[in-house]
Amino acid sequence: MCVVRALTKTYPAQRGRRGVPATPEVRATDDVTLDIRRGEIFGLLGPNGAGKSTLVRQLTGLMRPDAGRVEILGHDIVRHPERAARILAYLGQESSALDELTVSLAAETTGRLRGLEVRQARAERDAVLEELGLTGLAGRPLKKLSGGQRRLACFAAALVGERPLLVLDEPTTGMDPVARRAVWSAVDRRRAEHGTTVLLVTHNVIEAETVLDRVAVLDRGRVIACDTPSGLKEKVAGEVRVELVWRESAPLNVPEVAALRDRVVESGRRWTLRLAPEEARAVVATVTGGAAFAALDDFTLATPSLEDVYLALGGAVRQGLVRA
Amino acid sequence: MSTPAAASVPVGASASAGATASNDPSEGELRDVSVVSADALRGTAPAAEGRHAAGPAELGPRARLWPSLVAVYRAQLSRARVARIPLLFVATFQSVGIMILMRGVVDGGGEARAVVAGSAVLVVAFVALNLLAQYFGQLRASGGLDHYATLPVPPAAVVLGAAGAYASFTVPGTVVTAVFGCLLFGLPMTHLWVLVAVIPLAGAALAGLGAALGLLAPRPEFATLLGQLGMSAALLLGVLPPERLPQVVRLARDLLPSTYGVEAFARTFGERPDWGFVLGDLAVCAAVGVISLAVATWAYRRAAVR
Repeated sequence: MCVVRALTKTYPAQRGRRGVPATPEVRATDDVTLDIRRGEIFGLLGPNGAGKSTLVRQLTGLMRPDAGRVEILGHDIVRHPERAARILAYLGQESSALDELTVSLAAETTGRLRGLEVRQARAERDAVLEELGLTGLAGRPLKKLSGGQRRLACFAAALVGERPLLVLDEPTTGMDPVARRAVWSAVDRRRAEHGTTVLLVTHNVIEAETVLDRVAVLDRGRVIACDTPSGLKEKVAGEVRVELVWRESAPLNVPEVAALRDRVVESGRRWTLRLAPEEARAVVATVTGGAAFAALDDFTLATPSLEDVYLALGGAVRQGLVRA
Repeated sequence: MSTPAAASVPVGASASAGATASNDPSEGELRDVSVVSADALRGTAPAAEGRHAAGPAELGPRARLWPSLVAVYRAQLSRARVARIPLLFVATFQSVGIMILMRGVVDGGGEARAVVAGSAVLVVAFVALNLLAQYFGQLRASGGLDHYATLPVPPAAVVLGAAGAYASFTVPGTVVTAVFGCLLFGLPMTHLWVLVAVIPLAGAALAGLGAALGLLAPRPEFATLLGQLGMSAALLLGVLPPERLPQVVRLARDLLPSTYGVEAFARTFGERPDWGFVLGDLAVCAAVGVISLAVATWAYRRAAVR
């Protein structure tokens, strides 16, 4: 479906100006190789700044790579970037092109610009707005909607005019659970009926674990792992994540707690530990009984998530992924 | 490309927590989202891959120039309802105010014609040049061009549709200004119909210029600045009667495309307008319009793929 080989893109170094520090050369995409199969939901997971959007921009023909190959359904996108628009629908992070249009006109215009006849564009617009529960908002300008509703309206525009590949850059940002469910059931319907393939960019590990068939984990422009979510998590299967939240600060006067100090990732009152199951049990026993318990506000013991996979694989950014 | 052994695990089942003391409600919400399991489609996938190996898949349709131009035009026109109406009032009041100011300085004759024509075309410069430069500058900076760039639409349709819409926004303001000016300075309204040609041609020239400036400016602030400067030039060089300007400024006036719109319009207030000159001036507007819109289209292509 989509073949990516040795894709590389480097942003040149920037000279510093007044008030703007100089930035060194940045490898935004570093020798990326991927295969996306027909009908799957393939994810790109990584913290902010990992190069997900840059990679997607190269796959959609919006940016020329310095080197490498992108082929979608047999078409060379590096040589013919204009063909990408006739194969895929892209939902970018920005809605400024549609902001001042009504939901209905945004969807209809996008359909017409995707080559649909007026009547067909209107019929598809009505069907998609109905499917996503947007009919009541059809006459409202996108600008006047909440962030999640606006995102859903942009998603609606992306669906008008069927495409075999949907490229969605963080589609559910700001959405409430109802809207998210509308998005995923619309995606699933297209997958079941037309074998639509989805390339999803996300920094949300829960979303990645629940909706993706396969996921490529990105860190500083490189793919550091690519497998099914459960396949990836087997890599850290021997570990359990323990999170301790202290009331004020950690009771370092308790020797068992002090001994853990150099193994934790500290974030304010929150301590995160990755331990073998027996060790984790011992830690939980220590902090829930005895002197440390008085200082403890909350604790969690969980099987590893994709975030743990990211960290275990050497991911460098500690705060970029979200669980929401 | 190997089929993972663990793929039979139901999607979402692996996100479960062992023992949890904190309660995170958002985890539960997402778990039931995927109705079609990853396995359901696995059987069909290899066959599909095999078919693609035979040759490239058929591409979706390309949007044709006219239908997509009309779609962009319609969409842009609808934006006026939301965002632009106050600005159209500003454009008109500005021109009417200038004419009232100039009433004290100018008394009839050629100078009055220049003031009325200049003020009317100023509305076109304000909206088509200044506002369009700002719009494209902001669209480019915010990444809004990606939306159009990932649709199979000809670049000319986007540029011409937007330029046409902005030129259309100027119609009411220009007409109101021209009529008000005629009444104020006692000029004949016999040939006001020439606005039918002046507005689209001056509109094309100035909107093309505005779009090109907006799309070429490296930063949105520059686009705004250039649009403002262009409008100020149209104001000073168009409204002030040329006989009072020094030679150098008159040369600059000849280089500004809006001048020819002003000249064409001003000529028609005469007793017996020389239609040859009017046509000549309008032809300059048309030529500038064609060139600037071509440059804007090229700039759009350049801005869309970085």
